[in-house]
Amino acid sequence: MEPVEAQEGPSLLSDAERQRFEQLVVPHLDSAHNLARWLLRSESDAQDVAQEALLRALRFFPGFHGGDPRAWLLKIVRNASYTWLESHRRAELSEEFDEERHGEPAASPEAQAIARAERERLRDALEQLPTRFREVLVLRELEGCSYKEIADITAVPLGTVMSSLARARRRLQRILIGPAREETPHEL
Amino acid sequence: MSCEKAESLLHGYLDGELDAVRAVEFERHARGCPDCTRELDAQQSLRARLRDADLYAPAPPSLRRNIRERLEPRPDEGAASAPRPGRWRWLAAAAVVTLLATVPWLAFRETRQGTSEGTLAAAALDAHLRSLQLGHLTDVVSTDAHTVKPWFEGKLSYAPPVVDLAAEGFPLIGGRLDVLEGRTIAALVYARRKHVVSVFVWPAENAPETAPRSSVRQGYAWIHWSHAGMRYWVVSDVAPAELEQLARLLRR
Repeated sequence: MEPVEAQEGPSLLSDAERQRFEQLVVPHLDSAHNLARWLLRSESDAQDVAQEALLRALRFFPGFHGGDPRAWLLKIVRNASYTWLESHRRAELSEEFDEERHGEPAASPEAQAIARAERERLRDALEQLPTRFREVLVLRELEGCSYKEIADITAVPLGTVMSSLARARRRLQRILIGPAREETPHEL
Repeated sequence: MSCEKAESLLHGYLDGELDAVRAVEFERHARGCPDCTRELDAQQSLRARLRDADLYAPAPPSLRRNIRERLEPRPDEGAASAPRPGRWRWLAAAAVVTLLATVPWLAFRETRQGTSEGTLAAAALDAHLRSLQLGHLTDVVSTDAHTVKPWFEGKLSYAPPVVDLAAEGFPLIGGRLDVLEGRTIAALVYARRKHVVSVFVWPAENAPETAPRSSVRQGYAWIHWSHAGMRYWVVSDVAPAELEQLARLLRR
């Protein structure tokens, strides 16, 4: 279900509906933030977009009639993220990441340093993937979504989820194995 | 099966999304095919790397706080009084009517279940949080149900059912003794991605079988039920739907 354009300001939700929203939707805040963070490749923008998506979800909530609340919320987050990407996608996106990377604490025991190096390596590799590939991997590997949920959230036929994942994983492998960083244009 | 076909099925197999017939076909092919076995190993190790790398980006506290503020007043606080001045002053008359209509029901629910269910929920949540804060998640650390179950022997007057649900996405981490309502009971600890799930189990003493009921408070979800002579309370900060899934698995 695609959300329709909402009116400004909070909706006139009844107390019971607000409580239902809190029980069904708010617990998926982590999922909302996680998806936004990986689609936008930025923590601070993810926070803004996730918050906007939650408030949008609150306005649309009267139109939510059962179903999987996480998938419903993630669809809204995904829409908000793509809208954001379309209007903000600029060269400094990657620079923001360098800042963030350099902003991380430096000193730590060796094991932690290795773990962090591995994490950064995987994060870089994931971020080099085209958004559509990154999206299915994040939904599957980090969010634990089923193929059916992925199809639902990303609005693709169920039959293509497996092949998208196969391509995304092969591409990620290539990036991780490749001696030089594969320069992938940040296409949508 | 050709390698080409196997390659197209490999990811569905890896993700547990193939039906049984195709999964068996794939396995049969992979056993005799070094290339496909190697690719499956490579994909499994890539998955393990992704999962171990702590890439999940949960909502930061500031985001959680902002959302909470937009949802104030908390429903259970505001239910007994008229809407508070401020943010929700503009509540339409219709909403007020709905609110007034729900007050007797909420009050009824509070008095009926408030004592036992409310205090038990608070106690279970406290026990869960205490275990996280004290770094006292488990007294026995093991992913093996056959190690955890005997550990409770002699420490409790009953044998809690212990199952590993790693294949279903809830790996067993271990168990500990905890105290709920003044009695020593078994707490089983499961992982869900990066989250910890506490499962409290104790004998139900003639309590009727009850279906799982879930609720949410302070960002934590819990679900409880009685089954096969045992009461179960499950607490975590994962989504309620995931606890419902765990409840289904534990009731199998």
